[in-house]
Amino acid sequence: MSALFPFHGGLKTVRHKTESNQTPIQAGILPPRLTVPLRQHIGAIAKPLVQPGDRVLKGQMIGQPDGYISAAIHAPTSGVVSAVDQQPVPHPSGLSDLCVTIETDGEERWIDREPVDYRRLHPSELRQTIRNAGVVGLGGAGFPSAVKLNLAGRSEPLATLMLNGAECEPWITCDDRLMRERAAEVVAGLQIMAHLLEPQEVLIGIEDDKPEAIAAMTAACAGTGYEVRPVPTRYPSGSVKQLVKLLTGKETPVDGLPVDVGVQCFNVATAYTVHRAINCGEPMLSRVVTVTGQVHRPGNLETLIGTPFAELIKQCGGYRENVERLIMGGPMMGFALHSDDAPVTKAANCLLAAGSAELAPELPVLPCIRCGACMDVCPANLLPQQLYWHARAKEFDQARDCHLFSCIECGCCSHVCPSHIPLVQYYRYAKNEIWAKEKEKQRAEQARQRHQARMERLEREKQEREAKLRQKAPVRPEPAVASTNPHSDPLTPAPSPAKGEGHPEG
Amino acid sequence: MRFKTVTSPHILQHTSVGQVMRRVLYAMIPGIAALVWFFGWGVLINLALATAVALGAEAVMLSIRGKPLALHLGDYSAVVTAWLLAVALPPLAPWWLTVIGVLAAIVVAKHLYGGLGYNPFNPAMIGYVALLISFPREMSAWLIPHGMGQSHALGLLDTLQIIFGGVGSLPIDALTGATPLDVLRTKLGLGQTVAEIRNSPVFGIVAGQGWEWVTAGFLAGGLWLVYTRTAAWQIPAGLLGGLAVMATVFYLIDPQHYAPPWFHLWSGAVIFGAFFIATDPVTASTTPRGRLIYGAGVGILIYVIRGFGGYPDGVAFAVLLMNIAAPTIDLYTRPRVFGEKPS
Repeated sequence: MSALFPFHGGLKTVRHKTESNQTPIQAGILPPRLTVPLRQHIGAIAKPLVQPGDRVLKGQMIGQPDGYISAAIHAPTSGVVSAVDQQPVPHPSGLSDLCVTIETDGEERWIDREPVDYRRLHPSELRQTIRNAGVVGLGGAGFPSAVKLNLAGRSEPLATLMLNGAECEPWITCDDRLMRERAAEVVAGLQIMAHLLEPQEVLIGIEDDKPEAIAAMTAACAGTGYEVRPVPTRYPSGSVKQLVKLLTGKETPVDGLPVDVGVQCFNVATAYTVHRAINCGEPMLSRVVTVTGQVHRPGNLETLIGTPFAELIKQCGGYRENVERLIMGGPMMGFALHSDDAPVTKAANCLLAAGSAELAPELPVLPCIRCGACMDVCPANLLPQQLYWHARAKEFDQARDCHLFSCIECGCCSHVCPSHIPLVQYYRYAKNEIWAKEKEKQRAEQARQRHQARMERLEREKQEREAKLRQKAPVRPEPAVASTNPHSDPLTPAPSPAKGEGHPEG
Repeated sequence: MRFKTVTSPHILQHTSVGQVMRRVLYAMIPGIAALVWFFGWGVLINLALATAVALGAEAVMLSIRGKPLALHLGDYSAVVTAWLLAVALPPLAPWWLTVIGVLAAIVVAKHLYGGLGYNPFNPAMIGYVALLISFPREMSAWLIPHGMGQSHALGLLDTLQIIFGGVGSLPIDALTGATPLDVLRTKLGLGQTVAEIRNSPVFGIVAGQGWEWVTAGFLAGGLWLVYTRTAAWQIPAGLLGGLAVMATVFYLIDPQHYAPPWFHLWSGAVIFGAFFIATDPVTASTTPRGRLIYGAGVGILIYVIRGFGGYPDGVAFAVLLMNIAAPTIDLYTRPRVFGEKPS
């Protein structure tokens, strides 16, 4: 076995994997209504292609990618579009977003599925197919995969293609079950990725608390030259930069991406989805979601995108006692949902119904005693307590100088803080403040440029007019005197801030 | 169904400031036991009195500052300050000495600077130094090891009478004597060599008679603190290393007039200071390299004060001086962030 390159910090957390990983993936029920958000990815929101009243087929594109960094959205089943409007979506803010609501007809009528032979397709066509299939990173970020599968413009060949099957967060087991049950399909997707990226090596990182998944993936990789590398169970080994370090020893630069050090990394479920898109002609319509915690029958459901979370809970036997928080994602990085009527999105890997048994009691916050426990566990090797002091004092420039933006919000620091300070919350706050300020600055700069352009235009127009006037009446001394004062020229309106063009908000 | 929204992480380790502070108290028990064995009831009376005064002062200051009492008294930080100060006081110190020291620590050094987490100086050492400067005679009246393990042990009632009434059945001068470091300092001043001085009965195997066992007790507790990661290992390592280097250099130059490094390491408050005082996270450096530098600074200053300064021991002053430097040390010893180019 090859050597591993441990990253700094990290934690042994509770595991709670066996609650949900003992039973096979079940098919999710077909709910009477699906609410499909048009923004389930990083990048521009998809443009709706349907109107209320339209009949849609299973797999039909209902949202078109708008720009290079965007993703297509498809009808997860056949039915009738009942609305294209703002609906609650799973987001920490609890805000609504543009969604297509489909009344399902229960017939599951497909579009014409056209599997393609990826070896015969031109890489750009292959990427286009993946893009049109709406494939995004399923580890949680939701970055459009077709973009990451394009290395045009990079001079160096890719050293490593990496598949992330670490699944380091407690409770979540959807990737574990997927690898156990559909290893061959995952590897088939990986082969397509390798075909596009032509890497020198292909590595698959899986935490060593998943021996069945490791065995299944190893068997599926036989003859491909791909290597399965078990990694120690230590949160957050599934964070991409940490996994790249673990397996290759390479550190992704502070402001860079793994591809900058020759590594491209995808989630195992993303590889599976690429396989479905190319080898089966099926766009991304469903995903495996772990439903666990305070439900009667925890497990993994292969759920259509747009299914309300409440339906998943129902299928798992309903809530048990006193569910206090409903968490999308894991307990370390996931966010608490406002309600269970939000729909499953491509990024929804886990639904954790958390009660007092799962959650930490809400403890009063004490002052920081600078014990440094946070520093010892920080996988980015930051000084969390200094970031905290700066964020608290609203010293955002200092926070940025202390590499605030290297923080991956893994939650290790908050997890170990003896004073129970919600450290990550402070970092999010500081980041948002800095982003807001930057946007404000950009807007002011734009407004300034617009104002300047307008002044130049007015000046130019005035000169043109004067030139014309001079041409018409070459000998007329009085207007020439008057024109030295622009405000007295009846034809040129004085620049007025009341129009809003010079205002930063404009 | 609607739910509460709280930001991640949603699970926390079972840890608290109170737990950290209680560990420090547990770790002091072996050293305190040795102190009681050699120096008697006075140690326990000082501890009890200091704890009571510290909790009272903490409660008053918290209520003046409008802080919830139960929450902050439950963090045990006042008790830790009280114990750290109490074990540094002479076992027969008059009651008012303990009270003044604790008040200086809790009221002035801690709460006037903003309470737990905000004090730039180690409160126990501020209390100690305030007493050392204001009441040098009382502070230097250390007992000769006489405690329960000895034949001429002083009873509980006698001890109480001396501490609270100022008189006992024996005159206090008969019980007190110079500490080993005092003896070393005085006799070096008289021109004696280290070897001659070491023949004095106050010295034991490595360092002071009785004292060396107290040191062993605190070392055991201190190692446990490091093992449980309650205290950062870099600080005691830096401190003992810094002191050892200084002592070795001078010992090699002139063994007649400079005590050997093992004597320095094992004498006075060095071990106690290295594991219990300098490791106070609030006032120490917080980065890994910074802690080493901070510790080494304390160690070097201890030697300088002992050898060339006006006091026989210098742990308190050395710690306070390095407290001032801690923020600057932190600024220049930030660890390399993940993905940052090596500088």
